[in-house]
Amino acid sequence: MLTPGPPARVLLLGGTSEIGLAILAALRLPPGTEVLLAGRDEQRMAAAGRQLGCSVRTIRYDATALATHQALVADAFAGGDVDLVISAAGILTSQAELERDPLQAGVLVETNFTGHVTTLLAAAGRLRAQGHGTIVVLSSVAAVRPRKANLVYGAAKSGLDAFARGLADSLHGSGVRLLLVRPGFVIGRMTAGMTPAPLATTPSAVGAAVAAALAGRRDTVWVPPSLAVLAVALRAVPRPLWRRLRR
Amino acid sequence: MTAVPAGSGQLLTGWGRTSASRATVLGPLDNEQIQGLVVSRPRGGVLARGAGRSYGDAAQNAGGYVLAPATMPFIELAADAASVRVSASVSFAQILATIVPRGRILPVLPGTADLTVGGAVAVDVHGKNQRADGSISAWIEEIELIDGHGELRSVTPGGDPDVFRATVGGMGFTGIIVAVTIRLLPIRSALLRVTSQRLPDLDALLGALADSRSRYAVAWVDTTASGGALGRGILDEGDHLPEPDPAAEKNGLAYRPGRARRAPAVPFCAVTPWSARGFNSLWFRKAAKSTSGVTGLPGYFHRLDAVAGWNRALGPRGFLQYQFVVPAGAERTLAEVIEAVQQERCAPFLGTLKRFGIAGRGHLSFPMPGWSLAIDLPAGSPPLAALLDRMDAQVAAAGGRVYLAKDARLRGAALRAMYGSLAEWQAVREKLDPYGVFRSDLGRRVGLC
Repeated sequence: MLTPGPPARVLLLGGTSEIGLAILAALRLPPGTEVLLAGRDEQRMAAAGRQLGCSVRTIRYDATALATHQALVADAFAGGDVDLVISAAGILTSQAELERDPLQAGVLVETNFTGHVTTLLAAAGRLRAQGHGTIVVLSSVAAVRPRKANLVYGAAKSGLDAFARGLADSLHGSGVRLLLVRPGFVIGRMTAGMTPAPLATTPSAVGAAVAAALAGRRDTVWVPPSLAVLAVALRAVPRPLWRRLRR
Repeated sequence: MTAVPAGSGQLLTGWGRTSASRATVLGPLDNEQIQGLVVSRPRGGVLARGAGRSYGDAAQNAGGYVLAPATMPFIELAADAASVRVSASVSFAQILATIVPRGRILPVLPGTADLTVGGAVAVDVHGKNQRADGSISAWIEEIELIDGHGELRSVTPGGDPDVFRATVGGMGFTGIIVAVTIRLLPIRSALLRVTSQRLPDLDALLGALADSRSRYAVAWVDTTASGGALGRGILDEGDHLPEPDPAAEKNGLAYRPGRARRAPAVPFCAVTPWSARGFNSLWFRKAAKSTSGVTGLPGYFHRLDAVAGWNRALGPRGFLQYQFVVPAGAERTLAEVIEAVQQERCAPFLGTLKRFGIAGRGHLSFPMPGWSLAIDLPAGSPPLAALLDRMDAQVAAAGGRVYLAKDARLRGAALRAMYGSLAEWQAVREKLDPYGVFRSDLGRRVGLC
């Protein structure tokens, strides 16, 4: 993105993502901005788009339909330069459910990791050619260390986190920037019915933190910021103790 | 037609070091090479870049070509030394070194001598004598321009007024400026008598600027002072000595800018609301109530040039300069902007106030009669974007405008509210560059290209 000016064209992957939409809201996009919402639920995207007050186009995007991702990116970039790509597609399924039906774990990994890789590699190529732009990747504190209570989700986020860090380095000097976002427990649709973990946050807090980080030059943002300290502690917990954690 | 040499991919920023983008950098090119490049209508477009001293993204063209330096350097002084024809990539310092020993001066000297003439014309640059002498567009005899058809045009203010008005201040969108002929003024001495006086508040500062009879006048404003001291500052006035100084100039007039020291790249930004306030207060207090002295051209006009790359010392996040002009009668807006940046704790660390007297001749020229205030601020503070958007609305409502050469964040709607001649400019640009060859990051951001 041409910071600190506002982005003119934005692509949100995961077009109904609460966090993704909260980032767009926090950016206070001017009415002339063109927002591309890419997701599965056209109706919900259209409704979300009306809230944004910019010109919105919805594109059908299935994170697990890997073969379609290159064409989707080509479509998004066909209308002009894209200044900001937000990779926010994600699902959360309970570990018990995944253990009952391991195939669903495969879908989770495809949605939360593999689909980001295929889409972002295609987008990064386009951004590199246009010489500017920003990618925002939504990782998680779960990427820090896998917990047995949430191990598939944690593994997928670890993969995404590592991919994003590597991609950021490969884009260095290209004019393209990658901002890696690691929220903690986010109270919202995805975590409905779950007991919030310590240092829980909200989609709008994540949105505000990302908007602030986009105005600066940081490459990683923790929400809340104190999670960065907690992450150091999480890594330091001895494994015999770690495996006794219940959640 | 000569082949265009292969360029190199480079990450470019403006002087404020925000908004980096990558482009293929070429140059210097001869006219035929530029024409060849333009008619090939490369994807991503073409832009000429001068010294890279515009603050934001005006001299960047992500994914396209950037010509830097655009042209082969030359300086041709007319036989009577009444004017000089120079290549667009020649800097003000190079011209001064040639003309000052001949007893001539450029009628407009911007705040750095590193600027190139091409860049200066593209932004219709002004100096400390804007009030009486206008901006550079008032002194141009001819612009040699390669337009979007690849045609080399001779553009004169009288012969081709439409193209002239669209090109001066036109931010490079009407073509590649390859050479410019500028009128010169005679001087008898390369020294200036400079007087400084400390003024306790904004009213006093505005009054002193308005009353100034000197050729050059500029005020430093303490943008961190509040309450009764709001807008206090120091007025610097300058005039060329009427006769050469027999002691200092017995061997004739000279322009000697001295070797610039290189600023270190500092990995953080030392400018905070506290340090900005401390530094500004100290600067104000240490100044004498009123002083007078004699100094050379670099000492008065280009003081910051003594530190090369001073922008790197302000940390990796970079900084913004918010420069705007409001008509006389809208002085209240000046105070409101200073107060607003203080309230949001944006750490304004440098303020510069000038009196403007003559509107620029370009459709997109910045100068208009009134007051120009420039405030330097560190980039990246979260409330800054929203704050400056509000300031844009106030400036536009007061009938003023923001300087595109300094801008990194203006929105298209605000630009349209500020620049009333935009439609006329667009009509001329449509003729000169119907294929949209000339493009920049700024142009895409605000919708100029």
